[in-house]
Formats: sequence, structure tokens, C-alpha cells
Amino acid sequence: MIEVTDLHKSFNGVEVLKGISTTFEKGKTNLIIGQSGSGKTVFLKCLLGLFDYELGTISYEGRIFSQLTEDDKRNLRAEIGMVFQGSALFDSMTIAENVMFPLRMFTKQSKSEMQDRVDFVLKRVNLDDAHKKMPSEASGGMQKRVAIARAIVNNPKYLFCDEPNSGLDPKTAIVIDNLIKEITEEYQITTVINSHDMNSVMEIGEKIVFLKDGLKAWEGSKKTIFKTDNKVVTDFVYSSNLFKKVRKMYLEENS
Amino acid sequence: MTYLHNIGSYFLMIAEMFRKPTKWSVMKQLILKDIDDLIIGSLGIIAFISFFVGGVITIQTALNIDSPLIPKYLVGFATRQSIVLEFAPTFTSIIMAGKVGSFITSSIGTMRVTEQIDALEVMGINSLNYLVFPKTVALMLYPFAIAIGMFLGILGGMAACMFGGYSTLADYITGIQTDFEVFHVIYSFIKTFVFAFVLATIPSFHGYYMKGGALEVGEASTTSFVWTAVAIILLNYVLTDMMLG
Repeated sequence: MIEVTDLHKSFNGVEVLKGISTTFEKGKTNLIIGQSGSGKTVFLKCLLGLFDYELGTISYEGRIFSQLTEDDKRNLRAEIGMVFQGSALFDSMTIAENVMFPLRMFTKQSKSEMQDRVDFVLKRVNLDDAHKKMPSEASGGMQKRVAIARAIVNNPKYLFCDEPNSGLDPKTAIVIDNLIKEITEEYQITTVINSHDMNSVMEIGEKIVFLKDGLKAWEGSKKTIFKTDNKVVTDFVYSSNLFKKVRKMYLEENS
Repeated sequence: MTYLHNIGSYFLMIAEMFRKPTKWSVMKQLILKDIDDLIIGSLGIIAFISFFVGGVITIQTALNIDSPLIPKYLVGFATRQSIVLEFAPTFTSIIMAGKVGSFITSSIGTMRVTEQIDALEVMGINSLNYLVFPKTVALMLYPFAIAIGMFLGILGGMAACMFGGYSTLADYITGIQTDFEVFHVIYSFIKTFVFAFVLATIPSFHGYYMKGGALEVGEASTTSFVWTAVAIILLNYVLTDMMLG
């Protein structure tokens, strides 16, 4: 579990995060949603320790990030898997080498053990025959799956995904969503996903934190988001006519 | 203030580069890859430039001392001194600031833009050690490339003498052996080691701390070339004053 308490972050005197408190539970897909500029990416980067913050605490299973030594922070990061928006695969390595990278860095496994693990996770993300391809030869969806494979290869306790569906077609986006959800449940990972894809919200949002102007405007789940009458949330989530109709149907069915 | 901030950040980067070393088995491969990219990959251009500039120095020296009072072996002597003291260590390094420096800045800068450096940091890897340290170690072999450049420069001068008729082969060989001081070669290699460190770290600094997108990667490469060249010229003056002055 990750607990965030009263998190504040500013850039050049402009407060971007204005006291966010929330928890992200183990074995659940936790979504951070909000408009562009709402502070989602800054929040995610604070969670990852890529940005320092002025006030507040982030606790990983009781380990308060800001109080850790540099070595302890690096050890904690070894427990984190991250899927970046642009996948962030290493250009100079093949897909198999990309996935093997965390194992080479942090384990003492033999080459055959590492190879077996790479084969397993690539199979898990349905990429059995892409080992020798370079990232530039892979499609956007494949790159995302490789990024997921790389993120989970070292059995992380925490998985962070920054807009995992951006730039993907709807079908591939659903495949990626389902894959993340399955992996989260299967390995009991604490997964935090930064997204503004409403399909993801409805499909895998077991916990949803809605940010607006650096503040937590709402918190709930894919079930409660249908029922909420918080105007800020409904204006954002049900901005398209399709979702308005879906919500109306849901509320009629469940009234 | 920005300059001071950048200079401070540069030295902090160097200090951070030596912290939390990457696993040796991984580092070894990175160093070998960087030796291939930065040293072996530069030998061709160093050889080509050295050979022909050696020839040009010889021709110009011969034409400028065309007097019966000046012995012909001075052509070889001047060529050797020019190449060993200045051309091979300093001017080749400035050319390398363009080739190797741009490569380093653009490759690290692209990694920054595409969040690959963030990916390393999130994994708990000291990205500066992972990216900059192997380049610095690889470039410590740069003096070997410069030694080849010195040899080929003098050889180029010899070829110009032979085929252009500017002096006899015997005079040229006498010239390159005249008043030979080992310290001049040591001085040249000390300079080269310092320049190698500059060639590895300044372009890395500009790539690592760049912000923006593809356009800024190009700008960072240009800026890195300018500052690497400026640092090499200034350090050349300081080192020459210290060791030969």
C-alpha cells in the first residue's frame, strides 16, 4: 500500500499540487485521472521520487520516501516497475535485452535463468516471437507490452503506468488495460495508473482519484463514478454524449 | 549567474558519476561498447585528417623556409613539432568535439527526451554512472588514437616530401629526429588525457541536463560542441603555460 499525506509541490513559486492525500491499495488498479495540467504527471513523478516535494509524506508500506537515504531510495526503486507514456525502451537493446535489463542490474541469476524469466514474461504479454526485434521495429502496442514486461520482470511490489493507452487504437488499449489488471491481481501489485482515457476508468478503475488544479476533487471507484453528482467530475468524465448516455442507462438500470 | 550555476552543476555531475557504481559485469560491456563507438569509430577520421594535415604542414613549411641559408631538414623538424605539440592533441580534439561530442550529447539527450533516463532512475540505477562513467573510461584510450594520429601525420609529411619533392627523404628523417625531447610527447599525452575527460564529460552534461524535444537535442549538440571547444582551447593554454612556460 502507498499512503500519500498532504502532498505539496511547486514550480517557480506556482503551486502545482496543493495538499493531496490518498491511499493506493495492494492488488488493485488505482487510477489518477484529471484534465491536462491538473497535476497528474507531477503527482506520479513525486510518487516515483523523480520530483522532490516541499511538504507532505509518501509512505511505501511504512517507509517514508523523504526520510530514506539515497541508497534506501534506490533499493526501494528496485521494487518499482514503471511503464512510461512513450514506453522508454532502450533504443540500443533488443526487446529481449530490454526486458532482461532489470534482471542483469539487480539479480545474480545465471544467463539461462534470466532467459527463462524473459521468455516467461514476454509470453505473459503475448510477445513470444519478438525477442530479437529492436524497439524501433515494434508497433506502439508492442512497445507498451514490452514496457509492461520490463516493468514486471523483477517481480515489483509497485507498478506505475503513465498514460499506458496514449497513442493506441481502442482495441489495443483494452488489451493493455486488461493485461495491467490481470497482472495486478495475479501478482498482488500496488498499481497506480495515470490516465485520461475514460474507457480505462470504466474498465479497470478499482480506485479512482480525480485531480483538478492540483487538488483532489473526488475519490471513488468505477462503480461510484456513475452515481456521483460531483459536477467537476461529471463534467470531465461525461463530457462526451456517448458517456452521458451510458451513465443515464446505468442509473436507470440501477435505480 | 547561469554560467556559475552550470559550472557548479557540471562538477556535481562529475561527483555523482562516481557514486553507486553499476554492476561490473554490466559496466564492462558498456565500456567495451563505448570504446568501439568513441575510439575505434573515430580512428578512420583521425587517420585521414592527420595524414593529410601532416602533408599540408610539410608543404607550407617547405614553401615558407625556401632559403639556401635554412637547412632542408628543418621541414621534418617543424612538421614533427607542429604535429606532436599542437595538431595531434589539440586540433584533433576539437575535431573530436564535433564528432564524439555531438554523438554523446545527442545520444544522451535523446535518452532524456524519450524518458529513458527517467526509466533508469526509477529502476534505482545511478544514471550518471551508467551513462557517463563508461564514456569517460573509454575515452581514456583516446591518447592511443592520438598516438596513431601523430604517427600518420609525420608519415603524411614524409609522403608529401617524397612525392612533392619539397625535401629529400633523408633530410626529412634527419629533421624528425633532430632535438627530439621525450617530454614533448609526455606533455602532449598529458594534454590528451585532460582533453579526453573534457570530451566525455562536457557533452554528457549538455545531453543529460537538456530539456525539451528533438529540436533542443540539436541545440544541445551545438552548444556542447562550442563549450567543449572553448574548454579545450583554454585548458590547452593553461597546460602549455604550466608545463612548457
